[in-house]
Amino acid sequence: MGYTIYDKLWNEHLIRSYDDGDSLIYIDRHFLHEVTSPQAFEGLKKKSLKPWRINANIATPDHNVPTTRDNKFSIESIEDNISKLQVVELDKNCNDFGIKQFNINSNNQGIVHVIGPELGLTLPGMSIVCGDSHTSTHGAFGCLAMGIGTSEVEHVLATQSLKVRKLKNMRINFEGSIQEGVSSKDIILYLIRTIGTAGGTGYAVEFAGSYIRNISMEARMTICNMSIEAGAKVGLVSVDDKTIEYVKKHSNLEANLINDAIKKWKNLTTDKEAMFDKEIDIDVSKINPQVSWGTSPEMVIDFNEKIPSSSIFSAEKRKSLDLAKNYMGLSDNQELSDLDFDKVFIGSCTNSRIEDLREAAEVLKGQKVSENIQEAIVVPGSGMVKEQAEKEGIHKIFIDAGFQWRAPGCSMCLGMNPDQLSPYERCASTSNRNFEGRQGNLGRTHLMSPKMAALTAINGRIVKEI
Amino acid sequence: MKDFIEGIVAPIDRDNIDTDQIIPTEYLKSIKKFGYEDYLFDGWRYKDQGRLGMKKTERKINHEFILNNAPYDESKVLLTRDNFGCGSSREHAVWALRDFGIEVVIASSFGDIFYNNCFKNGVLPLKLKKTEIDKLFSLSTDNPVSISVNIKDKVILFKDKLSIDFVLDNNLAERIIYGLDEIDITLKDSELIKKFEEHRKENNPWIFE
Repeated sequence: MGYTIYDKLWNEHLIRSYDDGDSLIYIDRHFLHEVTSPQAFEGLKKKSLKPWRINANIATPDHNVPTTRDNKFSIESIEDNISKLQVVELDKNCNDFGIKQFNINSNNQGIVHVIGPELGLTLPGMSIVCGDSHTSTHGAFGCLAMGIGTSEVEHVLATQSLKVRKLKNMRINFEGSIQEGVSSKDIILYLIRTIGTAGGTGYAVEFAGSYIRNISMEARMTICNMSIEAGAKVGLVSVDDKTIEYVKKHSNLEANLINDAIKKWKNLTTDKEAMFDKEIDIDVSKINPQVSWGTSPEMVIDFNEKIPSSSIFSAEKRKSLDLAKNYMGLSDNQELSDLDFDKVFIGSCTNSRIEDLREAAEVLKGQKVSENIQEAIVVPGSGMVKEQAEKEGIHKIFIDAGFQWRAPGCSMCLGMNPDQLSPYERCASTSNRNFEGRQGNLGRTHLMSPKMAALTAINGRIVKEI
Repeated sequence: MKDFIEGIVAPIDRDNIDTDQIIPTEYLKSIKKFGYEDYLFDGWRYKDQGRLGMKKTERKINHEFILNNAPYDESKVLLTRDNFGCGSSREHAVWALRDFGIEVVIASSFGDIFYNNCFKNGVLPLKLKKTEIDKLFSLSTDNPVSISVNIKDKVILFKDKLSIDFVLDNNLAERIIYGLDEIDITLKDSELIKKFEEHRKENNPWIFE
């Protein structure tokens, strides 16, 4: 009998099991941001408790921060008073409890799931939680990482542990080589389209196969990031040389410590004999660039396909398809390439890493954003990504093309800061959710890769050919 | 103690209702744990765009939306379809349901994180078979009906017309019935956690740097 990587991580963190089927697991790393933490800190204070292990916690403001800020910006300059209060509150709570925070002016501030790995705070084998569903991102490093609610944030602060039930094991084998113009974003969108937004519910999903072995850590993060859009709160990849190379480069650990760690990390792989509750094989060589057309991340088609006709679906499905078409201003069999776009957003914890920006810049070199696009913004995931891009001159390519080069944050992925869609505006977005109103009240989101978003910026529409 | 809930069923015939629909991002700017009742299903409930702090009375009501109409404005039971509460981990979604007065959500499946969040706030998420969901929809769609949910006996009743047994782990049922504080319970295992932590530090010192 063998173990999956999820089984191994589970056993490694299991403090105790209860008679009722729940278990208590130990939490190695806890990331915090300003939106889902204030009520947890308040609860802690009410109970006169302190965080169990201060240095397990790392905080940064990312959701509410304006992306038009410069180095001299202070929290006081946030115009939206309610947003400001949340950022102030995080600052205050971190100071009160002595929690390490990369504040709004720190060079290391950024989207929490982008800064964790690049600052070496995400290490293989860790259990990682955050009050944010995209915590699955860290699974790319062979971590047991998942999003939790605010009550659980409080529980983790107070007890360094989490009460959970073990998930079932699923493996997705991505085999083959991708076509030119296709990226990891297309692969994960294709998976969600195939298994649906509840396809992974109740499972820890391991991404495996030759495709996964061949891609970069950044690309793996994009895939694990969106496992929650397939319903799986845990998505992960077995550790290999690429994982270790990345961590060595980004970690500040002493050499002898990291060498000891590597010996352990190498075991964080799924055993050959391990059994999965469910296994799916996908040939990536046939996958085209993907674009979402509707209001759920499973409503996805190839970039050159037509909007699906509702009539071929069951009555129950038809209803949600019709609601989505109505919201998105679409009709049956319409071509995606017929749609006029208003905005382009390149960013979010899914696609704001240096590789994503390079991918978009490659397309934009010497090109101009279409006159029909009212606003095209690129929001690097972190201070480090921004700095690296500026070192490579990528920012100039964006600016010359007509993009706005912004400061790090979650930005228009969910529009808690001023970066939002106006009603009925259509947006080409590299983010992860196309829900109704996600990017702004009545806004219309089409999810796609950085490359497709850049092409849409140039053409004002989805291209027919690549 | 809450082992019996009786109330009007509000049927919302949609699948994949994500937590962004249950409560939009704007209201996540609040730093409070209560006061979300006016923002539940905000995008569907109103015809205008709201801001945190605005009251229902200041808004343009969408009278076609079920929860705006009596007696559904006092519903305690929400009936819906597949994958309710998918998407964002925001516990505000459960707080909004709770503050509105919803005590039970019935669906054929739930998003994992939302499902967990419910039990921390005394909202009971009930998974039923699709055929049972269909039955409840046909019963509650044309006229308002009040059903009772007996958490101890694990049965849903509507007069003598309907009786549906449901499956719910005892520990989850108890969390709703007694509303126990989980932190207090876990802290009883403090010594165990400490021991585990020491052992982990010894074997994996890099995690504790």
